[in-house]
Amino acid sequence: MNAPKELLYTKSHEWVKKLDDGSVLIGLSDKAQSDLGDLVFVNLPTVGDSFAAEDTLCDVESVKAVSDVYAPVNGTVTEVNEILLDTPEAINQDPYGTWIAKMTDVSGLENLLDADAYVAICEEE
Amino acid sequence: MELKTPLYDCHVAGGGKIVPFAGYLLPVQYPSGVIAEHMAVRTHAGLFDVSHMGEVMITGPDAFANIQNLFTNDFTNMTDGRVRYSPMCYEDGGVVDDLIVYRYHQEKYLVVVNASNRHKDVEWMKSHLFGDVKLEDISDQVAQVALQGPASTKILSKLTGEQELPVKFYTFKDPILVDGISCLVSTTGYTGESGYECYCDPADAPKLWNALLEAGKDEGLIPCGLGARDTLRLEAAMPLYGHEMDETVTPLETGLGSYVKMNKPDFIGKKALEEKGEPARTRIGLKITGRGIAREHCDVYGNGRKIGATTSGTHCPFLGYAVAMALVESPAPETGTPVEIDVRGRKITAEVVSLPFYKKSK
Repeated sequence: MNAPKELLYTKSHEWVKKLDDGSVLIGLSDKAQSDLGDLVFVNLPTVGDSFAAEDTLCDVESVKAVSDVYAPVNGTVTEVNEILLDTPEAINQDPYGTWIAKMTDVSGLENLLDADAYVAICEEE
Repeated sequence: MELKTPLYDCHVAGGGKIVPFAGYLLPVQYPSGVIAEHMAVRTHAGLFDVSHMGEVMITGPDAFANIQNLFTNDFTNMTDGRVRYSPMCYEDGGVVDDLIVYRYHQEKYLVVVNASNRHKDVEWMKSHLFGDVKLEDISDQVAQVALQGPASTKILSKLTGEQELPVKFYTFKDPILVDGISCLVSTTGYTGESGYECYCDPADAPKLWNALLEAGKDEGLIPCGLGARDTLRLEAAMPLYGHEMDETVTPLETGLGSYVKMNKPDFIGKKALEEKGEPARTRIGLKITGRGIAREHCDVYGNGRKIGATTSGTHCPFLGYAVAMALVESPAPETGTPVEIDVRGRKITAEVVSLPFYKKSK
């Protein structure tokens, strides 16, 4: 199973990438995109909105169903990846190269899983 | 505890993603994914396990009279070897189920019903039989495979040799030997594409499945799951029980009037449908013009006023946009009218379009 070492993860299959300026990028793991199947729409969060960890950040639609994406940490959305409005399938094609939202004023990173712990949880499922 | 169809091991071996559905474990998709499976059926061919469907045999001297009474369609002018679609109503006009009827002859009919309604249907039918007739639920003795798509005839012909396949839409032949396996073969399906449904003994089903996949390999045939079955039927605007109709919706409201023959002397539900008069609701098609996907149970607004709710909706892989069907109050807004759909608190725009969304070219 594909889970890059440099990223952090949640049990709900989001990944978090720490940037040098203290902000983070958030996306969906390879397992998430594989479980969801072909994505056809990403309902992006609103820039400026603040979230607590585990809040519903936004939702993604596969052909089959809608699924929530949860905020992995506390923070405020400063940017969304608008490319996804026209190419939601980018998440299927390159889950770790395709971020959904950027957050600042981040806290709660210590609660996230490293790649080994995340893989172990996925293998139990 | 969910049941396994006779093809369960084939699905697992083929990498199918297994989910519980209508009491059975079935593949929702294969590794190629819903979009590729959907496109295969529209452009080449797809193979579905539909063994979960219910099959009921109605036989005896009064079989015809019972069929006429139980179902809303008229079977008077139906000849042997034909298949006919019909709703089945409660006394109050609500729908028990929708089904297809195969006529062997005047005294022998095979009725194919939705898996999730099988036990309810059998009970309902049994409690309304009269005269010299026998009704038998043979679902567990029947496996069913649907071969759908423009390449279907070429693929099936490879396994049937000199035998003549049914040609006209909604006809059948029984038996036809498919790779030596005795099957009922009908020109039916639930995809909006041409194709066949093959019924056989459960013990023969894996051999039939593998023989069809092998015969279709060079024709672009791939196995398909429930996900593609749903997007295909939705794109073709075929109603699904539990979505476009149920016990609270009449067949006239959901646009099945041509399968309800009010000029028949009688059938269960006729009186109520007569008394209700013009249907209060209408099923319409909606093309999503805004961003998002409306699935079932989203409120639909015309001129800011709630006029109904969606019954099904999805992204249509072949058309390349999202659509939904909705039940709205009559008279429904005309084709081309803009409406709004409330998707989890967010209003998205849509346009009323004529049904079906997709129709295969002749």
